[in-house]
Amino acid sequence: MKNSFETWLPKLVVTPAFVLGFAFIYGLMVWNGVLSLTSSRMLPNYEWAGIAQYQKLWEMDRWWVALKNLGIFGAGYVGGSLAIGVVLAVLLDQKIRAEGALRTIYLYPMALSFIVTGTAWKWLLNPGLGIEKMVRDWGFAGFSFDWLVDTDKAIYCVVIAGIWQSAGFAMALFLAGLRGIDDSIIKAAQVDGASLPRIYWRIVLPALRPVFFSTLMVLSHLAIKSFDLVMALTAGGPGYATDVPATFMYTMSFSRGQIGLGAASATMMLATVAALVIPYLYSELRNKPHDR
Amino acid sequence: MTAKPHLFPLVGRLLVYAVLVLASVFFLLPLYAMLVTSFKDAQEIRAGSLLALPHSLNAAAWSTAWSSACTGVDCQGLRPFFWNSVWMVVPAVAISTVWGALNGYVLSLWKFRGSDTLFGLLLFGVFMPYQVVLLPMSQVLGWLGLSSSIAGLVLVHCLAGLAGTTLFFRNYYAAIPNELVNAARMDGAGFWQIFWRIVLPLSTPIVMVALIWQFTNIWNDFLFGVVFSGTESKPITVGLNNLANTSSSVKAYNVDMAAAIIAGLPTMVIYVLAGQFFVRGLTAGAVKG
Repeated sequence: MKNSFETWLPKLVVTPAFVLGFAFIYGLMVWNGVLSLTSSRMLPNYEWAGIAQYQKLWEMDRWWVALKNLGIFGAGYVGGSLAIGVVLAVLLDQKIRAEGALRTIYLYPMALSFIVTGTAWKWLLNPGLGIEKMVRDWGFAGFSFDWLVDTDKAIYCVVIAGIWQSAGFAMALFLAGLRGIDDSIIKAAQVDGASLPRIYWRIVLPALRPVFFSTLMVLSHLAIKSFDLVMALTAGGPGYATDVPATFMYTMSFSRGQIGLGAASATMMLATVAALVIPYLYSELRNKPHDR
Repeated sequence: MTAKPHLFPLVGRLLVYAVLVLASVFFLLPLYAMLVTSFKDAQEIRAGSLLALPHSLNAAAWSTAWSSACTGVDCQGLRPFFWNSVWMVVPAVAISTVWGALNGYVLSLWKFRGSDTLFGLLLFGVFMPYQVVLLPMSQVLGWLGLSSSIAGLVLVHCLAGLAGTTLFFRNYYAAIPNELVNAARMDGAGFWQIFWRIVLPLSTPIVMVALIWQFTNIWNDFLFGVVFSGTESKPITVGLNNLANTSSSVKAYNVDMAAAIIAGLPTMVIYVLAGQFFVRGLTAGAVKG
């Protein structure tokens, strides 16, 4: 009697997690998919509309702008964070004095909300009183830095603020990876007469490939989901010049009364993240050495 | 580690330090500019440089940001939003951490057939774009009578945080030697006894990681806050965003900066006090295993 209860107890304890968790993740996912196939506008309704919302979505200039911005932001944010992160990690790994303090400084933005980051950078980047005025006051009267209000350049402001927030995170991951590399490999290469830059280029950085890959994964999915930073920094403006899929989805669903269209854009975001993450999760779970 | 040779010869080391210091200037400058701006008055902001120190420690902008700045139609500053966030964060963090610990315990030390697959399916919750849950979830909250309430936000944060906290505890408990648990089972210890007597006493570091991770995420959340809250339950990130984006004729950047610092302060304090746990949470979320 006790035995059978003891075998059921663990399953009973995790049941709520799987029931509620799967309902939240997969149940709502399917539900959202259904909504995207209806004609819902201000309120959800369940009149079948086929793929009309998707057709409408892909015909909208605003959606294409959002995708283009996601491309620019994703490439700049992920690439910039990775590049700065790996450089800082390699330099910090050279037995630097005050390494702990420097690490703390590089990483603190990650503890802040993107709304705080966005508010701060909005002040720094505003053309009237921010960095532009500062440089002009230094004597460069012709200096101009008004990207924040420039339709074509505003998205790069989001990139700058995003890198500021996340480069330290990439640094922390790379540093952890560097610390995990066996020193004897490096020493052996040195005995063989290889120069240090060469050792780093040929041995150390390739050994960081798994770290590089998971950092890329995390930053990319953050880029696709990115919402707060854009809302705080530009609110999608000027006009909809800095719209990204997440702000598009929000605007359509909650202020334009286009629920079906919003649901369709959310499904597209899901598909993108899934295409990126599922192969990664699958391989992570497959070759876990300490699995029992 | 200690034997790792220098990458650069002596001359180059100066360059290394120069780059590192330059980078820290890049990361610190915004914080510095926020701080000095928050102590200036409007006149000083217009006349002076972005980086100039304020003439005096004028805290007027701070008290405006806290208790009288306008965030749309009402002008009560960030104070009500701050307390909404506190009432939201405390239960959400507590529940999701305890829940994650129990799940992680089962999924690492009481595995059953199919539990790894189920866990893998749950893990997608860490990565999924929450945009797909927004529309259906607002209907669910309506049915539950939790629309626009702090309780509704707590529920959403618990569900959204579940995958992450379960992952933390599962991976941490996977390192507990099987022999330890088996020996206890031989001695007749049951499910709860093993949890209380053996597993929980080993858990302090991962509990810290989970608490800090959840606190930071939920305090900083904007998406759920802006979608699911009502006038009386908006969290601080929504308050800050409304405050900074309220269109008035004159932008009060000093108030904006004071408000931003207030909104960022709780997570910053925790980061400074317990940074190593925060970093572990970040790396555990990225590099599994």
